[in-house]
Amino acid sequence: MGYTCIEKIIMKNLGQNHVRPNDIVTVNVDRVMIHDIFVPFVADKFEEMGFEKIWDPEKVVLIYDHLVPTSRVEDVRHFQIGDAFAAKYGIKNVHRGDGICHQLMPEADYVKPGDVVFGTDSHTTTYGSIGAFSSGVGYTEMAAILGTGQLWVKVPETIRVTIDGKLPAGVMSKDVILRLIGDLGADGANYKALEFAGSAVDSMSIASRMTIANMSVEAGAKAGLFAPDEKVAEYCGVSIEEIPDISADENAKYAKEIRYKAEELVPVVACPSSVDKIKPVTEVEGTPIDQVFIGSCTNGRLEDLEIAAKILEGKKVADYVKLIVTPASREVYRQASEAGILETLIKAGAIVTHPGCGLCCGRSGGILSEGERVVATNNRNFLGRMGPSSVEIYLSSPAVAAASAVSGRIALPAL
Amino acid sequence: MRMTISEKIIASAAGLEKVSAGEIHTVNVDRLMSNDGTTHLAIDMYNTLLKKPRIADKDKLVFIIDHNMPADNPKTAAAHKKMRDFAREHGIAFYEGKGVCHQIMMEEYVRSGELIFGADSHTCTYGALGAFGTGVGNTDFLYAMVTGKSWVLVPPTLRFHLTGKFREGVYPRDLILTIIGDIGADGATYKVMEFTGEGAKAMNINERMVLANMAVEAGAKTGIFEPDEAALEYLENHGRKPKYLFKSDPDAVFEKEYHYDLSKIEPVVARPDNVDDVVSVDEVGDVKINQGFIGSCNSGRIEELRTAASILKGKKIADGVRLLISPASNTVYLQALQEGLMDIFIDAGAMIMNSNCSVCWGGCQGVIGEGEVLISTGTRNFKGRAGHKDSKVYLASAATVAASALAGKIVRADRVIA
Amino acid sequence: MKIKGKVWVLGDDIDTDIIIPTEYLAMKSIHDMKQYAFSPLRPELAASIRPGDIIVAGKNFGCGSSREQAPEIIKSLQVGCVIAKSFARIFYRNAINNGLLLVEHDLLPELVTEGEDITVSVGEYIEHKDKRYDLSPLPTNLMEIIAAGGLVEAMKKKNSRND
Repeated sequence: MGYTCIEKIIMKNLGQNHVRPNDIVTVNVDRVMIHDIFVPFVADKFEEMGFEKIWDPEKVVLIYDHLVPTSRVEDVRHFQIGDAFAAKYGIKNVHRGDGICHQLMPEADYVKPGDVVFGTDSHTTTYGSIGAFSSGVGYTEMAAILGTGQLWVKVPETIRVTIDGKLPAGVMSKDVILRLIGDLGADGANYKALEFAGSAVDSMSIASRMTIANMSVEAGAKAGLFAPDEKVAEYCGVSIEEIPDISADENAKYAKEIRYKAEELVPVVACPSSVDKIKPVTEVEGTPIDQVFIGSCTNGRLEDLEIAAKILEGKKVADYVKLIVTPASREVYRQASEAGILETLIKAGAIVTHPGCGLCCGRSGGILSEGERVVATNNRNFLGRMGPSSVEIYLSSPAVAAASAVSGRIALPAL
Repeated sequence: MRMTISEKIIASAAGLEKVSAGEIHTVNVDRLMSNDGTTHLAIDMYNTLLKKPRIADKDKLVFIIDHNMPADNPKTAAAHKKMRDFAREHGIAFYEGKGVCHQIMMEEYVRSGELIFGADSHTCTYGALGAFGTGVGNTDFLYAMVTGKSWVLVPPTLRFHLTGKFREGVYPRDLILTIIGDIGADGATYKVMEFTGEGAKAMNINERMVLANMAVEAGAKTGIFEPDEAALEYLENHGRKPKYLFKSDPDAVFEKEYHYDLSKIEPVVARPDNVDDVVSVDEVGDVKINQGFIGSCNSGRIEELRTAASILKGKKIADGVRLLISPASNTVYLQALQEGLMDIFIDAGAMIMNSNCSVCWGGCQGVIGEGEVLISTGTRNFKGRAGHKDSKVYLASAATVAASALAGKIVRADRVIA
Repeated sequence: MKIKGKVWVLGDDIDTDIIIPTEYLAMKSIHDMKQYAFSPLRPELAASIRPGDIIVAGKNFGCGSSREQAPEIIKSLQVGCVIAKSFARIFYRNAINNGLLLVEHDLLPELVTEGEDITVSVGEYIEHKDKRYDLSPLPTNLMEIIAAGGLVEAMKKKNSRND
């Protein structure tokens, strides 16, 4: 009998040769990530629990990204508490304003295929793109992990999603994951792992896979996993032989199997205010908009900015519409600068902000006003996430976002 | 004739042959600029106080969103929406996220010899091109918007003769801080600061803007330079022609004359919480910093970015220090990208923000916290200006800010380079 | 353990941004934040909830971010328990870790009307309009955390044993 990808990662972690869904197991944590918003709470709980040292400070990464740059006088308190906590317990891996946590974790080599990683952010599922079991936890559990290096988890059932074929031009991995969330529902993968396979997935870049893994949590999933391949090996700077075998067995048991033909997928948007309210762009085409946001841990990477630049080249953002572009990290900014992408974006009238969570977390970076409408490449369109409850958020791919910025209305990219 | 540049601009705007300091005249305003600091208030007044609201000449109006750009909360977003909707409805020139208002005005509108009102105190910046720009409140702005006219008290002029050349590592920024330190924060109240002499002539328009911009910090109504070849060239490069090329007459009356030898100027800082508490950087003592800021309508242009890049190149800012850089406009941003300056900043660990006012006035991005120390190229260091009421702001040149960000404390740039 | 209280009824997919918007997340304490609970959806709700009241919602309650302020705020409003058709995963763990009682029930959210009184006997039944609906018991490892009074207390105990 065979095992799914997540079962194999957990087995490897436990040093066991068998687990089954719904087993409750205690895993040894390979890496944790704490971000600025929650660090004061983690520090409090950690000391309240009576711990005196961190199980392994090398395995802890502290990232300031939600409050960067600061927008309120109380924001720096989080940096001060984070810096003091890091100094007291010997945490060396501290990133201040280097980019969004989920971009930095894989980019700065903190995560490897087969690792078990937890972060104080729900989109920690992103690292499933390189074959890690990574998931979000609250600050109390994070405090307990810092003290013990362990966490109990229920081995999740797995839903296998196979996408075969070739995605049509203008259809991005964002459209794939949005479509899946629409089909599954926002709770369709609750407590479960998603596993992605198929020839369309094989030909995706790591960045595209990150988009899918990232948004797996929007269907409620505990993880969104891709079996590591040559591309992952190259991204992680290792040889494929060094990567543990965590690919699903052919006879693995799945709770559900879903198949898509890539050729049949189309550009879609998630309509306000649910991530699973998915419609083809053609159904909402022409809806007037006030703002466009390209960025976030979902779609703020080089290929996202690149396709936006391609669409915006030689064009202008529509009058009275703002296009805000927030690269996911310092490294992404640097690469986009060198490739002339930032130049193209700025010439088109984009507002380029410093890498960080920006508008996605709703604390700065382009908050909207009553009744305004935004097309955004991030992961959530919840009520009140980017301003008053009357703000309408449409989630889309960077291609749809860029095309919409040019036309001032929700639009299909001409690619 | 016996008139200064400023008197000539006011006389022409009043349709008079001659005006003299102390007189009050009704003038036609050539252009009116307003930003998101207060435009929403003026719009409210326009809509509620006036029986038959009308705009005298929509083509003279420019609305610019720069202070809270991008919006950081629903309140600022609502102010922006009000401004955007009004501009759209009335066909008013509208800029959002394109840059700091005074930089946009210089790039797109200001002509030598014009009289310009702006609902922002640093409207005096336009004197760099020999225009009379001055800041007004909402009510003055609204009156001018509705009637096309306003009244002005003709100000007396203080003349500053600049001779010699700056030494290496000394900038116009150090000069204007030094002058304000000398004459005091009220040293030019209601007056004009006119800059002249070889030292003034040797400066390009961007450098002149640094001086004119901060005239208001000495209380001045405006700061002004005689428009010369450099002004004409700037206008031509930006596709414009001057309105008038006024010069002060040899027998014009100046209230007071000052002489500055640029070669004697040193790198300085203005200490918290007064712009006129100016000391040499070497005298400031051991001051640790939490944040540096390079930007604003005073010092966010290509010259300052180049200076900062030359200091930051290949180095890393001190651990725990935040260095925020905001180019004054998207045009400046683009040029900095093309010159590779942004790569240097990113590699050094700086944060590059979009073009906005942000740190200079404590809004939307880079707000500092309790007990923190900021060193800034902004315009003001008033108590709490950049964030928490118990925080401190030092004003300095881009070179000093960049060097201090590397050292983690306030230092002269040549000390870091050495 | 029995809880009797007045019911507040909410819909499906009550996300963490509704429970507490990011805008208020960096406030110093849960106490400062709790007045903004549910504000995007029902700004009056936080002030109306009385100690012991019960929140009843549809599917996927607490979906969205990992912000633990969400259950902590509900707990600090002294809500007796949250009954929903289903809960999002991270929210579920966070609630247990803070000793906020969650009850999963398919049927009840369809039957109750806001303002009615119900009784919950933990692990046994819910009583509504003289009718009883059975509940299944919680898994043992979760009961242990709840019995300790939350994860902080459980860890405290463990650490004091180590001394």
